[in-house]
Amino acid sequence: MKLKLTTLALGAIMAAAPAMAELVFPSLSYRTGPYAANGIPFADGYADYFTLLNERDGGIGGEPIRMIECETGYNTEKGVECYEATKGEGSLVYQPLSTGITYQLIPKVTSDGIPMHSMGYGRTSAKNGEVFRYIFNYPANYWDGASHAIKHILDINDGDISGQKIALVYHNSAYGKEPIRTLEDLAEKHGYELMLLPVDHPGQEQKSQWLQIRRERPDNVIMWGWGVMNQVAIQEAVNIRYPMEDFIGIWWSGSENDVKPAGDGADGYKALTFHNFGTDYPLFEDLQEYVIDAGKAAGAGDQVGTVLYNRGLYAAMLAAEAAKTAQEIHDTAAITPEMMRDGMEALEITEEKMADLGLPNFGPEFKVSCENHGGNGFGAVAQWDASAGDWTMITDYFQSDQEVLAPLIEADSMAYAEEAGIEPGCD
Amino acid sequence: MIYREAGDFKTSYAADSQTFPIRLDRLGYYVILLVAFLVVPFVVNDYWANSVLLPFLIYSIAAIGLNILVGYCGQVSLGTGGFMAVGAYAVYKLMTAFPDVSIFFHVIIAGGITACVGVLFGLPSLRIKGFYLAVATLAAQFFLVWLFNRVPWFYNYSASGQITAHERTVFGIPVTGPETSAWAAYLFCLVFLVASAIIARNLTRGMVGRKWMAIRDMDIAAEIIGVDPLRAKLSAFAVSSFFIGISGALFFAVYLGAVEVGEAFGINKSFLVLFMIIIGGLGSIFGSFAGAAFLVLLPVFLKNVLVGTLGWPTDTAAHLELVIVGGLIIIFLIAEPHGLAQLWRLAKEKLRLWPFPY
Repeated sequence: MKLKLTTLALGAIMAAAPAMAELVFPSLSYRTGPYAANGIPFADGYADYFTLLNERDGGIGGEPIRMIECETGYNTEKGVECYEATKGEGSLVYQPLSTGITYQLIPKVTSDGIPMHSMGYGRTSAKNGEVFRYIFNYPANYWDGASHAIKHILDINDGDISGQKIALVYHNSAYGKEPIRTLEDLAEKHGYELMLLPVDHPGQEQKSQWLQIRRERPDNVIMWGWGVMNQVAIQEAVNIRYPMEDFIGIWWSGSENDVKPAGDGADGYKALTFHNFGTDYPLFEDLQEYVIDAGKAAGAGDQVGTVLYNRGLYAAMLAAEAAKTAQEIHDTAAITPEMMRDGMEALEITEEKMADLGLPNFGPEFKVSCENHGGNGFGAVAQWDASAGDWTMITDYFQSDQEVLAPLIEADSMAYAEEAGIEPGCD
Repeated sequence: MIYREAGDFKTSYAADSQTFPIRLDRLGYYVILLVAFLVVPFVVNDYWANSVLLPFLIYSIAAIGLNILVGYCGQVSLGTGGFMAVGAYAVYKLMTAFPDVSIFFHVIIAGGITACVGVLFGLPSLRIKGFYLAVATLAAQFFLVWLFNRVPWFYNYSASGQITAHERTVFGIPVTGPETSAWAAYLFCLVFLVASAIIARNLTRGMVGRKWMAIRDMDIAAEIIGVDPLRAKLSAFAVSSFFIGISGALFFAVYLGAVEVGEAFGINKSFLVLFMIIIGGLGSIFGSFAGAAFLVLLPVFLKNVLVGTLGWPTDTAAHLELVIVGGLIIIFLIAEPHGLAQLWRLAKEKLRLWPFPY
């Protein structure tokens, strides 16, 4: 069997290796396991956008795109296997859609010189591009999200929330623990009391956490959940009749999968977002024509227009735009991962550009630079309308509290630089 | 015809009771060792090391450890994941506290710390056995994972609760951290595996091992013939946890590089290692290797065939992989309840008579 495995692996490497005239975008997706309900729409959106570019424009700048999909099951061991299996094929950028895998890959991609984009997840302090040269997390990160939620609560309460109690229900993992430090600092600034309620993987068991919420009646609940944990939390909140208007989820806790199981009870639930919803954009007409009607949609093709589908689409769009920027900078169509990194670092998204792409008013404007790999930290709040069955943005894009976040990011990234022996700087 | 012991005369007790009494076996063993130490390091690449060889070597150490406890001493344990976590966090604390000491010693000390924790959680085994002991060790699993998640000291107060292995070297060659070359990580783990296997083999055929087996077969009878159950059971827990601790330390420091306790060392890990030794063969060192190989290599192999060669969608392949592995486990256990090790033993018996079986 070992011999067979060797020949097979060799065959796979030989077959895949030298086809250089392609732009390779690996997709570390998870269509199985407890987080599949959220992994599938994202992976579909990511794949469909690249299919659209191939079908409509013949790729990016004339270079066809090859997307390699690898199943991780949200499991870090399989994530490593996927990374090792795909990195030799000229992969331009990794987007693992898992904070755990992101942490795993940060040192590896840095050493291999391949950029990684953790859009709205991963290690927040990667925003400091002087330390994390190959890691990007634009347009917004977890600490932005924490600040957005608090700002929104401040807005509702006319700017004064001192003495209020805010609970954080979080996935007890690297992902869920990310916002705690920010929320603690913000608590000092605004004088609210923070209550921490961890939920263990995968999150089906939350009775005791919600019992505590029922007993202590916090004024607001913020949630950092993913996968089945979201549905259970919202159902539990409905069960204890917690007012949905006071319940705010991070952008990963705000998809249709999360609210639909709770039915009408979930009406009014809020979630953060950094992009818009629905299919009412010119781009989706092209998508319909070139991808869906042509029968080339990824997966079952039934996810188009859902929140996470749009997010996957947006992630692919940002990757494609960065590749375009890289092609312009280096004046070549066949870019390498190094060039891709330069492109990501020089990426600028303007409203004009978005309108040209057929996505007007879809996402915030932002600009990436070497010092700032995280964009400008704009986000918005959306609300679920159970009867209409859709999400609507109830605020404009607003910026997070940079005054609090900047020193935190500086401190955390510098601590990492010291631990890992990195000399910060832009060359 | 080729594989036989005729003419292979033993003239001393030592020669008669060696691990591989048949010459061909012995030769095979030396050839495998030679290839593993002198050939593989030169040809191994990142994919092979990180996706196939490292997990196989590390899980083999864990399986040897658990096999000592479950297979040889008969004490069912579901705490493997928790004990691996102890090894991982011990090596992490040692690495960060004493960065100048060679990682080699850190891994061994981490094993020692895990042995102490293992003895502590082995204490209930003096009063309870069987399923009840399994439940007690299950408590160890949950308690340890909870502890490492809960107490920030263990992860050096990092914001995310993750532990990360930075670069540490052996003789100036990095074996942890992103700059590690595939061969260095592979050799580092291989040395630990070979040492563990030799120690385990020699322990299990000596007096200690015989005491364990006496306890396993019938504890009251063992006590009557003079085996002290306290020392036998606790020494089994200590030795077993020592190996499991080493495997946990390598799993974190060399293989993954960054670990989150709930995800990497959850209850699934305990079951996985337990399945390895059940499929491989309880009470057999070879079985530990076979079981680890079966459960580590087969999924990777299937994935490469289904997705890489046949080009199937990744989700169908992932689902089918579970079906195939599950089906094979059932088939193997029906065909031979004593595991792959017994199949191997039978095959060898048949080979010795071939081509003239009676």
